[in-house]
Amino acid sequence: MAMTLIWCAMASAALVCGVMNGSLDTVSQAVAEGAQSAVTLCLSMAGMLCLWNGVLEVMDRAGLTAVLRRLLCPLLRRLYPAFQDDALVMDAVSANVCANLLGLGNAATPFGLRAARGMAAHSGGVANDSLCLLVVCNTASIQLLPTTVAALRAGAGCSAPFDILPAVWFTSAAALAAGLGAAALLRRVWP
Amino acid sequence: MTELLVPLLLAAVAICGVVRRVDVYAALADGARSGGKILLRIFPNLVALLTAVAMLRASGAFEALAAALGPVLGRLGIPSETLPLMLVRPFSGSAALGVGAELIQAYGPDSTVGRTAAVMLGGTETTFYTVAVYFGAAGVHRSRYAIPAALAADLVGFLAASLAVQLFF
Repeated sequence: MAMTLIWCAMASAALVCGVMNGSLDTVSQAVAEGAQSAVTLCLSMAGMLCLWNGVLEVMDRAGLTAVLRRLLCPLLRRLYPAFQDDALVMDAVSANVCANLLGLGNAATPFGLRAARGMAAHSGGVANDSLCLLVVCNTASIQLLPTTVAALRAGAGCSAPFDILPAVWFTSAAALAAGLGAAALLRRVWP
Repeated sequence: MTELLVPLLLAAVAICGVVRRVDVYAALADGARSGGKILLRIFPNLVALLTAVAMLRASGAFEALAAALGPVLGRLGIPSETLPLMLVRPFSGSAALGVGAELIQAYGPDSTVGRTAAVMLGGTETTFYTVAVYFGAAGVHRSRYAIPAALAADLVGFLAASLAVQLFF
């Protein structure tokens, strides 16, 4: 529904601005060009996207996810102290974080949802601090290899699509820190 | 450093897989197939969004918006061209991908705007979608401070993306 509103706003804004600026001819040209550019873009990023998904699948089957999971466990226990003895929740949380780190968004969500259901089991429909933290961690993207964006850049003719890696890591870390900080502050004042 | 990273990663993952007795080639092909599914899923969204963004750009709406909000964003160090991306980022992942793709193509992948857009896309998430899915699945109707905290993370992410591009490039 939100997207319907956004699309309507975009199309009407383009119409209104086109009339006001007298640029309606370029606007109607842009319709055809915009739609066509989606095809071009998809084709040009297809190779990279498929290849990296393949590499991630190999990583997963080679047990890299399991190794990461063991490494992360001590950290996650500290982050979710209320559930540190709940093996089911902790296992789902670490699998969620691992899949997120490897950029396997489709794999991360089922684990995250399992953890969320476990955390909310006895809370009577009110989000407890652990659940809020889990959601905040999942809204701050923490992936090591942003493959989709790299594919996008390669498709636009970039020769070193992964040269943004340090900047992406810095950004993710800053966003996650801000989310955790805001959560730590707000949990005291929000009933 | 980064030019070594990709070939090294590919070879290391393959060897690691062989050592762990994984059918590396089959896994690679299976994963690539799921990449194709992702493409099919985002393609219709890209058609809709790239059309709308191209219309907005041609109509001069972006210039007007950027002129109105440019001074504020400029003071924060954020390129005003990335404003449309920041507006859709919390609502839709594929919309953000479409808007970001348009920015990267229009300004070039190695321009400041193109890089900032890419880093913003890579370093933030679709906040409202995630919140809706998680709280929906958990049967939670009072989300308390989760949304403000997540939006604070997004905002800092946008600032950090602009800062990082200035610092690292």
